Amino acid sequence: MSEAPPAYPYIPNSAPRIKREMLDAIGVSDVEELYGAIPERLRVPGLLDLPAPLLSEYELRRRVEGTLAQNENCAETLSFLGGGCWQHYVPAVCDEIVNRGEFVSAYYGDTYGDHGKLQALFEYASMMGELVELDAVSLPTYDWGSAAATSICMAARITERPTAIVPASMGAERRSIVEGYCEAWVELVTIPFDQASGLLDLAGLRNALSEEVACVYFEVPGFLGTIETQADEIARLAHEVGALCAVGVDPISLGVLEAPTRYGADLVCGELQSLGVHMHYGGGLAGFVASPDEERFVSEYPTFMIGVGPTAVEGEYAFGEVVWERTSYVQRGDSKEYTGTTQNLWAIAAGAYLALLGPEGLAELGHGILERARYAARRLGEIPGVRSPALSAPFFKEFVVDFGETGRTVAEINNALRERGIFGGLDLSEQYAALGQSALFCVTEVHSQGDIDRLADELTEVLQ
Amino acid sequence: MTLRPFHQASWNEPIIFEMTSPGERGLLVPEVEESLRCAVGDALEGIPGSLLRSRSPALPELSQPQVLRHYLRLSQETLGTDVNIHLGLGTCTMKYSPKVNEELIRSPNVADLHPSQDDETVQGILEILHGFERMLCEISGMSRFTLQPGGGSQGVYVNARMMRAYHQARGEGERDEIVTTIFSHPCDGAAPATAGYKVVTVYAGDKGYPEPDAIKAAVSERTAGLMITNPEDTGLFNPHIEEIVEIVHEAGGLCHYDQANANGILGITRASDAGFDLCQFNLHKTFSSPHCSMGMPCGASGVTDELARFLPAPTVEFDGSRYFLDYDRPESVGKIRSFHGVPATVVRSFAWILSLGAEGLREVAEVAVLNNNYLAKRLSEVRGLEVSFADSNHDHRLEQIRYTLEKLQEETGVGTLDVARRTADFGVASYFPSHEPWLVPEPVTLEPSESYSRADLDEYAEIMAEISREAYEEPETVLGAPYRSTVHQMDASPHDDPERWALTWRAYLRKSGRQSGERPSDSALRPSAGRS
Repeated sequence: MSEAPPAYPYIPNSAPRIKREMLDAIGVSDVEELYGAIPERLRVPGLLDLPAPLLSEYELRRRVEGTLAQNENCAETLSFLGGGCWQHYVPAVCDEIVNRGEFVSAYYGDTYGDHGKLQALFEYASMMGELVELDAVSLPTYDWGSAAATSICMAARITERPTAIVPASMGAERRSIVEGYCEAWVELVTIPFDQASGLLDLAGLRNALSEEVACVYFEVPGFLGTIETQADEIARLAHEVGALCAVGVDPISLGVLEAPTRYGADLVCGELQSLGVHMHYGGGLAGFVASPDEERFVSEYPTFMIGVGPTAVEGEYAFGEVVWERTSYVQRGDSKEYTGTTQNLWAIAAGAYLALLGPEGLAELGHGILERARYAARRLGEIPGVRSPALSAPFFKEFVVDFGETGRTVAEINNALRERGIFGGLDLSEQYAALGQSALFCVTEVHSQGDIDRLADELTEVLQ
Repeated sequence: MTLRPFHQASWNEPIIFEMTSPGERGLLVPEVEESLRCAVGDALEGIPGSLLRSRSPALPELSQPQVLRHYLRLSQETLGTDVNIHLGLGTCTMKYSPKVNEELIRSPNVADLHPSQDDETVQGILEILHGFERMLCEISGMSRFTLQPGGGSQGVYVNARMMRAYHQARGEGERDEIVTTIFSHPCDGAAPATAGYKVVTVYAGDKGYPEPDAIKAAVSERTAGLMITNPEDTGLFNPHIEEIVEIVHEAGGLCHYDQANANGILGITRASDAGFDLCQFNLHKTFSSPHCSMGMPCGASGVTDELARFLPAPTVEFDGSRYFLDYDRPESVGKIRSFHGVPATVVRSFAWILSLGAEGLREVAEVAVLNNNYLAKRLSEVRGLEVSFADSNHDHRLEQIRYTLEKLQEETGVGTLDVARRTADFGVASYFPSHEPWLVPEPVTLEPSESYSRADLDEYAEIMAEISREAYEEPETVLGAPYRSTVHQMDASPHDDPERWALTWRAYLRKSGRQSGERPSDSALRPSAGRS
């Protein structure tokens, strides 16, 4: 039985009269004739077995909204989850801009039709360049993990060296992404972190350094929230053996934390999601890579890169692809790294976010986050049996809390908190077994003192 | 038909840094409570001075209305599918992305979910991820999908990684070659190359597609697999596809079907029917999710039962009463993208399929193919424009066609890049000529998906006819285009010159010798005399 409507609203030429006239114009009697090249045995017999359609927009909306309503979200539930995707306030203007139909429905348009999109992307790169004090910035990668992987592979090609050093504190997911991506190109050497401080083990680093090392990669702040206080020493040691220094950052920290180039970074990468992008169950992630504007760096980027240039009319800017030949769209099977559609819409959001905050806003925001996170760490540390912060290094917005002495697992604690309307910290007990029953708590500008006190009070009760 | 007297928005909008007005603020951040501040004391304590920002970042300073207006002007200077007949981006499947689906994903129940929330709190989104996977299995004939890849190329990449894992598990890790074809998407070579494979590229035969004999010559005991598009960029369905798959299988390789744009074959033929082991769909192409200025993509990668154990972790499972994420996958290739990919895009595509059903999905394919052949018919009247491989292959094309303007170029000196630029003067985004290399001379690749009306197709054909007339009668008009776009003809030469390219505003200022706040005049980036 046919379930087809008189015409499909999204398909103008599904209207029978128009379809007939178009077939006549082509000179075929049936659309089936157009499929003559597909052998009969490869054809789907009849219809696919798919759910019956919800033809009206109302029914569709009701059904999907109903399904989604089973979710509990962080807008309504107090959440302290972080670990690579974070809840920050997304300004209404950022949403307004990224929801504009022109940006949402644009794609691969060029210098002329998509001038505005390209300008927005150029401005994103330019504002990121100011944050990290570097002149070359990529369009987005898929996420921080892919940005770190690309930075490491770029360093290996630039230095023509086979190994790279990464910290054990980079988180299991990011580690897995980097490891898989680098497998064919770079051998990774992992340096442990000091279990008391969370800082990189410098003695281990010294032992691992050699002229085989293409780059030393570390993070500020790291996955475990810590600020690597030995950053300049690590960079110095890397440079001593001729290796490059690549630093991963959460750019929302850069109003208060130093531009990594100032303590020796050659490549800077990181995550854009904190800059005006909703978490989207992880879909809000987008990475970036930045470097000096030198040919040996720029020619190794796999990503799209937008440059500004002149037109036939004086005073006019236009935007085009810089060194298009280097991309996998030209290199095909000779590529070292592929590229494709990534996360450009979030670059537009990140640019708008940085423009809204400006230098002072970003500094105030970062300072406020530091204060809130420290307050939260201290409040939780006052609870009997809870060690917080469990690592002694300074931290930005995330910190490790050790529940070992409470005799309860993080899973049990988080279940109890959830019943009280709170999403507790990220359970680290599997990916960092050495830290025992520990969790990573994330505190940002969305958390008021009242929110933090509520967490501490509920946790106190849960642990009684 | 009279062509519309179009002029694109052209605000001559400054670079945002040129608009800065020190002291203005676009957003205030939440104040820290005084009692909290007192309790904490010095928040910077313990952070070495070398890690504290020494010089404030030179970001622009603007009030909120100025930021909004700036970006909305830029949006007006962007020809998305919502505002133009966007069929020129062949291979990209520019179609209508229903607005209701955009509203669905703006809900806090999608936008404000943290990816590490307990499964119990995300049953709704997991149900959709799980249900959508079942839909794709039915559409492709594959057994399982991962929705983790954050793009089509990454979808191809994960399949290359799974091929490697498969061969290694069988003790055949020495298979180190991937075969692809020259009219397949470039990522079908680039993604396996990134995974460490040597790539062998097979060229098309007289009929415009690779012949079985050429594939036979390319495979060996080194072959790990084939990565191929069908139809390829030409829009020609390769009728020997089953035989090609068979040849690769006999050599011990696996076969990946790049279905980034499967728009012409939904419900018509399936990857499994031709014997493929892996495939990938781009939800932002075939399945109507918007292209988001090259953002929010999802590459859904499907595999046969035999390969399912290698899928990235986690998968979404259902135990009869609840949905859960399964991380316990010992043979998994690991993480490809963080967390669960781009789930909002899955919600959009899920809703799109739900709105159409099986009949609607086939209607999409049939009308996409109908539109393509109708447009081809209309374009056959355009002087100087021809269909590639038309002399040697009389099959109907499916969802797209690579045309050639070789004749126009020979007869008028006007080439495809000139014509593409000129189309911008008529309100349509410049078309995509071709992937590299340009084997079809002066290429034009058009893909009129199901979203365009007959009137739209007629208008596009009229635009091409008018530009052809201009090329023959007043070629300088086309050569100097565009005139009515946001900007005029760009001098692209700086973009390949390390001394002059400028990837950021700070680099531009440095290289042009300009001060911030000065509008460009005779900048150092101007082409020097004699350079066109």
